[in-house]
Amino acid sequence: MSTSLLIVQFFNGLQLGILLFLVAAGLTLVFGVMDFINLAHGVQYMLGAYFSVTLYRITGSFFASVLLALPASMLFGLLLEVLVFRHLYERDHLEQVLATFGIILFLNQGVKIVWGAAPLNMPIPDALSGSVPLMDGLRYPVYRFAIIGAGVAVAVALYLFVTSTRIGMLVRAGATNAAMVSALGVDIKRLFMIVFGFGAMLAGFAGVMVAPILSVEPGMGDQILILAFVVIVIGGIGSIRGAFVAAVLVGVIDTLGRSFTTDMLRLFLSPSAARAIGPALASMAIYLLMAVVLAVRPAGLFPAKGRA
Amino acid sequence: MRMRHCLAGISLLATSVLGSSAGHAQELKIGIMAVLSGPQAVLGGQLRDGFNLGIKHAGGKLGGLATTVTVQDDELKPDVAVGKAKQLIERDKVDFVVGPVFSNILMAISKPITEAGVFLISPNAGPSPLAGKGCSPFFFATSYQNDQPPEVLGKYAQDKGFKKAFLLAPNYQAGKDMIGGFKKHFKGEIADEVYTPLGQLDFSAELAKIAAAKPDAFFVFMPGGMGVNLVKQYRQAGLDNIPFLSVFTVDEATLPAQQDAAVGFYSGMTWAPNTDTPENKKFVADFEKEYGYVPGSYAMQAYDAAMLIDSAVKAVGGKLDNKDAVRAALKKADFKSVRGPFKFNTNGFPIQDFYLVKVAKRPDGKFETQIVQKIFESYGDSHAKDCELK
Repeated sequence: MSTSLLIVQFFNGLQLGILLFLVAAGLTLVFGVMDFINLAHGVQYMLGAYFSVTLYRITGSFFASVLLALPASMLFGLLLEVLVFRHLYERDHLEQVLATFGIILFLNQGVKIVWGAAPLNMPIPDALSGSVPLMDGLRYPVYRFAIIGAGVAVAVALYLFVTSTRIGMLVRAGATNAAMVSALGVDIKRLFMIVFGFGAMLAGFAGVMVAPILSVEPGMGDQILILAFVVIVIGGIGSIRGAFVAAVLVGVIDTLGRSFTTDMLRLFLSPSAARAIGPALASMAIYLLMAVVLAVRPAGLFPAKGRA
Repeated sequence: MRMRHCLAGISLLATSVLGSSAGHAQELKIGIMAVLSGPQAVLGGQLRDGFNLGIKHAGGKLGGLATTVTVQDDELKPDVAVGKAKQLIERDKVDFVVGPVFSNILMAISKPITEAGVFLISPNAGPSPLAGKGCSPFFFATSYQNDQPPEVLGKYAQDKGFKKAFLLAPNYQAGKDMIGGFKKHFKGEIADEVYTPLGQLDFSAELAKIAAAKPDAFFVFMPGGMGVNLVKQYRQAGLDNIPFLSVFTVDEATLPAQQDAAVGFYSGMTWAPNTDTPENKKFVADFEKEYGYVPGSYAMQAYDAAMLIDSAVKAVGGKLDNKDAVRAALKKADFKSVRGPFKFNTNGFPIQDFYLVKVAKRPDGKFETQIVQKIFESYGDSHAKDCELK
């Protein structure tokens, strides 16, 4: 274990964290403002990736497909909102979970029918296809820097939006007390629609950015949805700042855990025992983190003010 | 009213009893059990398509009998698979069950099917318990025993003189089996042996470890979408100067997504789409014409299963009631396999040649694996000695 490897792994963790933030940002917004558990966020992310693959086939340009996939994801999200979700805002969280879980099943199958079951390919755009040497023998794709850049840009933009604009103020108010905001004369239905469309767009954007480096296949959203929920629970529901900090934390701990747990165990266990336990412990690391955070601060690290 | 219901019930019962006993000798009923939903559905699809092409090439009649195929989706869930297997045996009364793709499903359904006296032909899964102590006279595999493909890469690495290897696999039984298979013939230094959680998407941490370890070769088992991610990220990280030895990571199911990233990477198998036999040329050409994609080993092995059943049913003249005769006919494997020489071991697993294969891009833009060199000839598996069958 050398210092350069440690630095590289830390950097990898940071990048994974920012990727998670891109996915979690929309989820925490929707959950925070509308108190709506949207399990379908994962399939919205998946659809963003699939839309970008199809748009790329049509336009031949990565950047065009990114720009077009965003409104496509938003429109699809609004379609789901009008058809299904808007009837569930008043309902129990469990019923929201059931309904959105049904959407997951339905869309996973639907995607298989439309695009087929085999994984699809999305190439990295030529402009971003170079790589820089990170350490001896290891190169780092420029595209991953683009993902980090996009994630940080989204984080900054969201933060400014939520703190410095009028709609952002309404979003924060809605996250604190939706009923009061409605009583003060704001069209809460329109606010919810805007928030939801925006959340869907964020999910789709994450899917588009990720498509060149990860496999585009039915069910690709399920694994990342679990990680996104872990992130928003640790960060505090409804808080963008919390989602960012938690995402980086989860990314770094997961990456460092996977890299070094087995080696650390080998210090005081036999190699075969370390190899047997290490991977299992490493994959548990982020859930242990979540348990610890919830025990110490049940509302998360940065709870939106006023939430119980 | 009750009289009419009674009469209807009795007549229904009568026709079903008459129907089943009369129809059974004239037609052949096959049940296919494969994963047809979820991320791995593409593999079950290949199995089904390969088998159906086999029936088509046999003129729609395997062994001269009109053949009906019932397809069941095991959803990659062992408990669901057992229920559907029972349906195939008890409700549909199939003569053969062909499937599944995954070994955990096979371990769940093999006992219920073989103990009911129905022949189970696996065109893919080949777990070691069924090759050794758990072997059954009703079980045959047209694929391989799971340990064998990784042994190909281990032998190649050893013969090529690689001194240090880095091993990577997902953290479940098949992952451990593949690593074990590689280590059987490779006697060099193991730089590191890393197990990742099933479904892991981002391999940056593991790729950094590989670069730090500077091995002579990299051996990996990363099936399905995980393999797509790994191959793309391996290439993007600039690690492709380290030879990429793999099993079930770069195959025709994942190549359409990996594309150029996988070109030049190695794998081990009994066959490749460019295997030079007349039967294979016909199989690959007709498969691509019928289904529009390049067949992988899953389709090939299912096709051979159809040919095997065809030869066995022909040999017993369509009389499937004498199970011993059917078994003897199956054991003969009196058909020309697309992969070349093929015969059965005492445990129902094949004895066949194994090759090192390499990913290449075809002139028509599609990707496939191609034969590089033969590594094992007439290679039986190491568990046959534990099987009591002769």
